[in-house]
Amino acid sequence: MLSFENVGLRYGSSPETLQDINFDIAPRSFQFLTGPSGAGKTTLMRLIIMALKPSRGMIQIFGKDTAQLTKEEITTTRRKIGMIFQDFRLLDHLTLYENVALPLRVQGKDETGYRSEVYELLRWVGLGERFEAPPSVLSGGEKQRAAIARALISRPKLLLADEPTGNVDPTMAGRILRLFVELHKSGTAVVIATHDLSLMDQYEDARRLVLADSRLHIFE
Amino acid sequence: MLGFLRMLFLPAKKRALPPTDGRLTKQSPLVPAETVAGRSLVIVIAIMTLLAGLTAGAATLIVEASSDWRADAATEATIQLLPTKGRDIETDLEKAAEIATKTPGVLRAKIYSQSESEGLLAPWLGQGLDLQELPIPRMIVLTLSQKEHPDLAKLTMALISQFPEASLDDHHIFISRLGDMARAAAFMALVIFILVVVALGIAVASATRAAVATNHEIVDVLHLVGAADDFIASQFRQRFLSLGLRGALIGGGGALAFFALARAMASYWRATAGGNQMEALFGSFALNAGGYFLILILIISVTLLTGFLSQQIVFRHLKQLT
Repeated sequence: MLSFENVGLRYGSSPETLQDINFDIAPRSFQFLTGPSGAGKTTLMRLIIMALKPSRGMIQIFGKDTAQLTKEEITTTRRKIGMIFQDFRLLDHLTLYENVALPLRVQGKDETGYRSEVYELLRWVGLGERFEAPPSVLSGGEKQRAAIARALISRPKLLLADEPTGNVDPTMAGRILRLFVELHKSGTAVVIATHDLSLMDQYEDARRLVLADSRLHIFE
Repeated sequence: MLGFLRMLFLPAKKRALPPTDGRLTKQSPLVPAETVAGRSLVIVIAIMTLLAGLTAGAATLIVEASSDWRADAATEATIQLLPTKGRDIETDLEKAAEIATKTPGVLRAKIYSQSESEGLLAPWLGQGLDLQELPIPRMIVLTLSQKEHPDLAKLTMALISQFPEASLDDHHIFISRLGDMARAAAFMALVIFILVVVALGIAVASATRAAVATNHEIVDVLHLVGAADDFIASQFRQRFLSLGLRGALIGGGGALAFFALARAMASYWRATAGGNQMEALFGSFALNAGGYFLILILIISVTLLTGFLSQQIVFRHLKQLT
């Protein structure tokens, strides 16, 4: 599904932020991406979603070299990936419902076709009563759950979650993790970037990708 | 996929159907509509459209008035006879008028009397002068058919053969100058119109770039959730179409109101001496249906131009991002 071969990334003439990154992500797999703050977890996520281009090496996603993808193919590929951003990146001028429905709206789908699904998903993440609220009035935890709902609404084949439990209490963090595990079991490949060791301990079957000193170490 | 979520987050008894009162169907624009820059752009578009509308309307008035003058002048010609010693000018006038009316295409011939001829000179020479001793030329005004053009060269030859001092003026120099003036006015209006449109384009381009920069975060999120460039560009186009329509309606509406008001005031003042002068120059100062239609076309064009320009600029910006 996803493979990195000798990928390196540097900003300008600075030393490489990421060096010789080699790993694969199989379909229906589950992995934690961890490492100290500033190790490059978010950068690696941004490379996967093609928001950044590698300085060297090759990234293949869904069987295609990302360097060869046209703009249209990048768009199509992104629609197969659900991304939960560390800073949520909800749009403040839209309601919660509109934020969650955004991935379907940008695909030009008819609103009547997905309305009930978005509404149900909002209820399932505990935000059913707040569908008309703008993100600015939500708590950190509520924003987190809205961001998760937005990433899930288009039923992605690959889910990338950047510190998805960073703004919620341990109980909610456990529920969110269980949600990701269920997603994984239903066929979605999941990558969770976190430095929360207690979270990783709750699911010991997961593969661990550890970023340290600009390099990636894999623990199966 | 969603079954497990139900189990995790919500007891089954609390599940409910989505609201059906339409609250969810009203979707907000993806590019925020109400911003300070947006309001400024509406004002700029309104002013530009007003200027373009006034220019187009004024050009229409001038061209129309010129066309009326030329039409009037083209249906008239003037025979001029100079008094000659030993000849009876009144008899000559009668004969000349007869020759003229026999010419195919000449409908009528009106002889200006001595007093009428003197009256024509009054604005230059003043009232109360005895002009009997002066060799004042006498005139015959011919009314020409618009359908059947008379052979004026032949008529001139016929007149000169009998009255060597006679001349025939078909007003072609005056008509030609009027045509030149109307064309010059239309050209100036076109130049002003183009300048206004260019300024409008620059204002829209600048506002679009500012909007893209301001909404950079939104563009980024839209990209990452799978929006194509043309989708994002269309969102900006919709926003700018709305701003363009508002500005064009205000400006174009102002121009329409101006000409409607000018028409009402012109008819109110028509009875006064100044009103008569204005009417002689500009007709009734009433924009015809074509003029109003031109301004309506302008409103639609400005709206479409604003939308089109913004979409192209956003599209180019997104391409550069690649």
